[in-house]
Amino acid sequence: MIKFDNVSKRYPGGHQALSQVNFELGDGEMAFLTGRSGAGKSTLLKLIMLMEKTSQGEIVVNGKNLARMPRDQIPFYRRRIGVVFQDHQLLFDRTVFDNVALPLQIEGYPKHEADRRVRAALDKVGLLKKEKMNPMALSGGEQQRIGIARAVVNRPQILLADEPTGNLDPELAAEIMNLLEQFNQVGVSMLIASHDLSLITRLSHRILTLHNGQLINDATYPVPPGAGRRAEAERCPGSAQ
Amino acid sequence: MSKRKPESGAKQRQQTSTSRLKSLWQSHRAVALLSIRKLIGEPAASAMTIAVIGIALLLPTTLFVAMNNLQILSEGVSESSRITLYLADTLSEAEGRSLSEQLLARPDISTGAYISPTQAAEEFREYSGLGDVLSELEENPLPAVIVLSPQDIDEASGAALLTELNALAGVESAQLDLEWIARLQRFLDLAQRMSTALMLILALAVLFVVGNTIRLAIESRRAEIVVVKLVGGTDSYVARPFLYTGFWYGLGGGVLAWLLLSLIMLALGGPLAALLALYDNQHTVHGLSLLSGLVLLTGSALLGWLGAWISVRQHLAAIEPR
Repeated sequence: MIKFDNVSKRYPGGHQALSQVNFELGDGEMAFLTGRSGAGKSTLLKLIMLMEKTSQGEIVVNGKNLARMPRDQIPFYRRRIGVVFQDHQLLFDRTVFDNVALPLQIEGYPKHEADRRVRAALDKVGLLKKEKMNPMALSGGEQQRIGIARAVVNRPQILLADEPTGNLDPELAAEIMNLLEQFNQVGVSMLIASHDLSLITRLSHRILTLHNGQLINDATYPVPPGAGRRAEAERCPGSAQ
Repeated sequence: MSKRKPESGAKQRQQTSTSRLKSLWQSHRAVALLSIRKLIGEPAASAMTIAVIGIALLLPTTLFVAMNNLQILSEGVSESSRITLYLADTLSEAEGRSLSEQLLARPDISTGAYISPTQAAEEFREYSGLGDVLSELEENPLPAVIVLSPQDIDEASGAALLTELNALAGVESAQLDLEWIARLQRFLDLAQRMSTALMLILALAVLFVVGNTIRLAIESRRAEIVVVKLVGGTDSYVARPFLYTGFWYGLGGGVLAWLLLSLIMLALGGPLAALLALYDNQHTVHGLSLLSGLVLLTGSALLGWLGAWISVRQHLAAIEPR
């Protein structure tokens, strides 16, 4: 579904964000992307979203080589990918319902069909009763759920999430991860950037570890890791195995 | 939860072209209504912009109406311009009358009248108040004249006609106040040029006003644009509300200009008509015709749209999700 072939990214200032990253995410697979801040997690996701261009190497998503995608095709490509952001990226000038409906409006869905899908997505994240509220009036966890509903409302094949639990307490964070897992269970391929090792090591999925822009580890954890191990992992994410 | 493949992209987008058109129409209508609602929602800011556009449009529109009236007025003047043929004494009254008939038959002459020396003397007595002077003379000194009014005369055709008439047998001399017509024509030409130039300059001003307003609108909605682009909004989708906003600004300005012009006409109509009546002129003052008004509205709406389009092209591409 997603294939990185020797991908490097150097920003105009000279900062090397990624160096020669290779990995492949299968169809319907779920993986975490971890590493310290500045390790290159966000850059990697931005490359997949075509918010940035690779400096070297090739990224192939769903059979399409991103380097050869014409600019006017990018919006249509992005419609097939759902994204969840740490800062939610919600619009506070409209209701919860309208926030979730945005991708469908853009695609030009007929209203009744769009309404049905928005309600289904809101129901899935447990916010159906708050559809008429302004997102500003909701808690951080609820705002993140709106973001997730918006990301899945047009049934993307791939879901990307950049620190989706970044601002949440551990309990809420676990809830959000469980919610994301449920979408993976219906076949959505998923790549989730998170530095919350204690949380993601409990979830027995593949973990890709970045360090200074290099992919230094690619492994699947057995569940559940011990408490001591957790502390060690937090101290040095790269060496945790 | 059972494993299920998500529906493929192609299947999701299986919509017939009619439903696609229908949803495009729905989306356009929604955006058009939303953008007008936003303008009404900020009445002070919108009113300012519309007022500037309206006043910028009012100037050339007023000039256009003034020019139109002058043109009609000048046509009346050149129609009422008269050629006087002074006939030779050798011509008898019957010959003079038949010459007058002949001239009247020409297509470039609309009216003509023969005035005998006796008639001329009577008119002179009646209007000049110097009748006594005339009666003291032994002989009537006035020549017979033919008074012609030419049809659709301008400077060149007037001169040609005059030469022709001068060459006629039995005509001593023919007179036409050509210089006056020539001056009027020159003046009208100049005024026409000036109003065209002014129109272009003010159209440019409208473009800048709308463009700048839209630039500010784009800046204030930066966050929204980023999100829309992230979830797959095309450039034209992002641009649409701004183009509609520009369209409404332009249309609003056009309506305001028409309204103000009507008020001006209302205020000036009475005194102008009175002035014209003093000159014994049948001319009535014309405002903006329905057709010209519609042209004004279409033009202003298009100008607004174009101003927005230029602004959108310049500023929207710079806003990309980072």
